[in-house]
Amino acid sequence: MFLAVSAGLVVFTVMAFLRSSPPTVDFATGHQAGAPVDLTVQTVGSIGFGPHPTWVSYLTEAPNGQWVHTTLWDLPAHTRINVTVDQYDGGSALRNQQFGKVIGTIGDDATLNGKTFRVINANAGNGVAHTFAIPTLGISVPLYANNGNANLCAVAPCTLKSPHNIVTFSFMTPGPGQYPWQCFLPCGLGFLYGNGGPMQTIGYMDGFLKVVA
Amino acid sequence: MSQGTETHHFRRMIAIWVVLSAALDLVFYFVVGPHVPPGAMTSSAGGAQFDFNVLFLIAFPVMLAVWVYWAYALIVWRGSRAGADEPEGGPKARGHLGIQIGWIATTTVIVIGVFVFGTVELVAPAGAGGGEGPSPIWTPTSHDVLPVQVIAQQWEFTYRYPTFGGFETSQLMIPDDTTIAFHVTSVDVIHSFWAYQLGVKADANPSEDNVAYTTTKQLGGFTVRCSELCGLWHGAMYDYGRVLPKSQFFVWAQSTERQNAANTKDLPPFAYTYVPDANGANGGLYPDNVDQYSKVEQYGATNPSQ
Repeated sequence: MFLAVSAGLVVFTVMAFLRSSPPTVDFATGHQAGAPVDLTVQTVGSIGFGPHPTWVSYLTEAPNGQWVHTTLWDLPAHTRINVTVDQYDGGSALRNQQFGKVIGTIGDDATLNGKTFRVINANAGNGVAHTFAIPTLGISVPLYANNGNANLCAVAPCTLKSPHNIVTFSFMTPGPGQYPWQCFLPCGLGFLYGNGGPMQTIGYMDGFLKVVA
Repeated sequence: MSQGTETHHFRRMIAIWVVLSAALDLVFYFVVGPHVPPGAMTSSAGGAQFDFNVLFLIAFPVMLAVWVYWAYALIVWRGSRAGADEPEGGPKARGHLGIQIGWIATTTVIVIGVFVFGTVELVAPAGAGGGEGPSPIWTPTSHDVLPVQVIAQQWEFTYRYPTFGGFETSQLMIPDDTTIAFHVTSVDVIHSFWAYQLGVKADANPSEDNVAYTTTKQLGGFTVRCSELCGLWHGAMYDYGRVLPKSQFFVWAQSTERQNAANTKDLPPFAYTYVPDANGANGGLYPDNVDQYSKVEQYGATNPSQ
């Protein structure tokens, strides 16, 4: 009896772990055809809570204005997505400067604090903090960093009172499907090549666009 | 069972086997053969297709020899057949020296023949589309070779064209009727560049220039996949390339060179390898050079704060 209960608990725990996933923010339900979707996210140098408080992460602003620690979104198909990134992290050079180029957005450009740009030289200025990229859709946008010496926000969700850059861009969703997105700057502090930890974990620097009809 | 009857059986089986083998080989070669993967888009793909077809042509008669004997025995010597002889023991059930020698000689010839054939086929088309390392010993005869650098990183391939100002792009375009030298490398972990329809497959290792040759023969699209398990989005590390007519390729390359000029000047000078930092993108933020394999910084970039 004891063994059976123990085995059941182990199976339950393993299954619960395997099935655990960040929540999905729904931007598709109730969406009016043809209307754009506004998607606001923020990047923080350390999430400040949960099992990995020191990990860098994205957060998503739900339609009700609440910040949610997730990188999973339901988005309507064939729709313009207007993305706003509140970028609160410091920066570095890119491993590959190719990802300093804005690719695949509407107009092949983005704005940084209101000014249009197409390329960020990650070897100059504050460098690049992160990138927002959907490789299978050919989209990549570098996110300019804040000065690393500033008093950067270290506990999410951050507010606009902290040093930040605002990056905006737009893209069109394709047909229904799941499209992985990621950061291309190896920002996994303390992991080999910087590509471990948050760079390999959905909900931090990787996510899915769940595009629905 | 008399000696004459045995000979008759053997000749009948041989005759059935020869007819079926010839028919199957001919049908396969002319009907199925042209569609065997990976196709004939390049010299290496065509070489792989030819190799597969030859192996099939050898394998079918071997397979049919077993099947014909099995079917013949099942039908002709089955126990329920009226008037069938009971199986005999004695000398007739023992080994037959001629058949034993014939079997060993035939299989030896087949195996050695396939070995020689495979080796020749690996060498003849400049490495058969496989990565040959930084100093290939099987090089193409053409002197007009287009170099294309394949840079793998988690989780996307990008491509540099050193003969067009060294621009880098996520699009892989190559011209028709041209010998291509793929210089495959990685700036983080181990990947593998597999351009399926091109018949090209080469490991992408950090700090290594792995060269693979092929010559394009047909226009069209092809798929590129990473074939080395490389992390979370390994399964999404794929893209699509195209073999373009030469004139279209030059238009594309020159226009992309112009469009990417602003970013190209920020890229590191073209090199065959770029040694990544072991600990992250920036030595200023991460412990530096703790890995013996990482003596220099990331892909040509310097610390912005320096």
